[in-house]
Amino acid sequence: MADILVKLLEITIIIALLIPIAAMLVWVERRMIGIWQDRLGPNRVGPFGILQSLADLLKILGKEDWIPPFSDRIVFTIAPVIGAVCVLMSFAVIPFSPSIGVSDLNIGLLFFLAMASLSVYSVVLAGWASNSKYALLGSMRAAAQMVSYEVFMGLSVMGVVLLTGSFNLREIVLAQQNGWLIQTQFLGFIIFLIAGIAESHRLPFDLPEAETELTAGFHTEYSGLKFALFFLGEYLSVTLISAMSVVLFFGGWLMPEPLASWLPPLLWFILKILCFVMFFILLRTSLPRPRFDQLLSFGWKYMLPLALLNLLVTAAFKLGGVYG
Amino acid sequence: MGKFSKQSTVSAAFDMIFSQLRTMALVLKHTFTKADTVEYPEQKPYLAPRYRGRIVLTRDPDGEERCVACNLCAAACPVDCIALQQTVDDDGRKRADFFRINFSRCIFCGFCEEACPTYAIQLTPDIELAEYDRQNLVYEKEHLLINGVGKYHDYSFYRHSGIAVDINGERKAKGDAQQEKPPIDIKGLMP
Repeated sequence: MADILVKLLEITIIIALLIPIAAMLVWVERRMIGIWQDRLGPNRVGPFGILQSLADLLKILGKEDWIPPFSDRIVFTIAPVIGAVCVLMSFAVIPFSPSIGVSDLNIGLLFFLAMASLSVYSVVLAGWASNSKYALLGSMRAAAQMVSYEVFMGLSVMGVVLLTGSFNLREIVLAQQNGWLIQTQFLGFIIFLIAGIAESHRLPFDLPEAETELTAGFHTEYSGLKFALFFLGEYLSVTLISAMSVVLFFGGWLMPEPLASWLPPLLWFILKILCFVMFFILLRTSLPRPRFDQLLSFGWKYMLPLALLNLLVTAAFKLGGVYG
Repeated sequence: MGKFSKQSTVSAAFDMIFSQLRTMALVLKHTFTKADTVEYPEQKPYLAPRYRGRIVLTRDPDGEERCVACNLCAAACPVDCIALQQTVDDDGRKRADFFRINFSRCIFCGFCEEACPTYAIQLTPDIELAEYDRQNLVYEKEHLLINGVGKYHDYSFYRHSGIAVDINGERKAKGDAQQEKPPIDIKGLMP
């Protein structure tokens, strides 16, 4: 009984920390984009504008939570919840530090992939239930994009599974004690990152939203709290993809010895995640959005064969005893 | 590959990857450049002396109104935000009976200033015109008239014009103005 209570407390703390962090990312992102575009970004609310997210939240709560009369009410309401819940569920298998982590699921990696696939439903259902052209176009793109990028996302991490011999994320981290997997799985990492960007539909792969062509894509008809949920889901999935990249390829909370004693493992983990988040923001400021057919042909014609090649070479090296 | 048809596919692919990485590096370099932002309420931007902001009506060096209410500014105004009416004083001087500028319509193009034959209407480098009540943006003559000469310090229309008026209480007859010859007696026989 006491065990369950402790676990519940841990889950509550993790969720209570993740959601404000996702909200803070909105401010971090706007500030960083500002700096990179020779502007200042939001700097008025609180010191350095740090309370901007709070102000945005208060504003969005004051907005009318409008459900279009032409929409499918029930699906329209649950779609944003699915998105946020799926991403939050994935955090259950992330090992934050040697002692922190909700669940040591033996199929942790598969669980993450499953949740990532489920979150497609959020986007597709939102676009379908909205019953509007832009939303439908956005969700149609989202379905095609996420389904095709899912394929080689799964394949890209199979190299990691081959080398560590486990689907358990904690064991994958522990297997990297003698060197991070980025050394041997560089190609796999690049493919995973590209697939991850497409999964969290962030620029340059934000075709489901594509505000310049589809107004707001699948969430065109959303407002108020439901819109905020979509936003929360997006920033959480940025954090999730960063966390997964760190766990799978950059040794999770592990650091080489002189550095490891400077900070607690959890802080190292957060620092590494932050580097990835910054990289995501940099991608958004610098790269243009490809055309839809370019995106799909890039996925199927280049990324998928590369992922298969990576898997093949890794397997051959493993069998040949190159990795010991 | 289209544009890259002369290259091999592999080198074209590397070119594309390099191009993306270079873009990101160039953006990243901007971490260390200074922001161009002027933080307005605390930090005022520099406005040139001839900046086209709030419109004023100036006075001549004698302290009299320059505006003779000729209506040219209202005619030149592309958004019709100027309204005025002329009145003539007992000494022959022409003035605006009322002079009204609706700043909620004004586009600060400066055509009124260009049209003005007496340098009366001028634009100033003042841009802080915001009001909470729209009605307060309609400026009447008493709001527009200033106690200064504006951009042209020595110019006085009535000292040049051939109109008989009182200047500083002294009568200026026809022909007395600067660079003005006495009137010709058109009924005389001499050339």
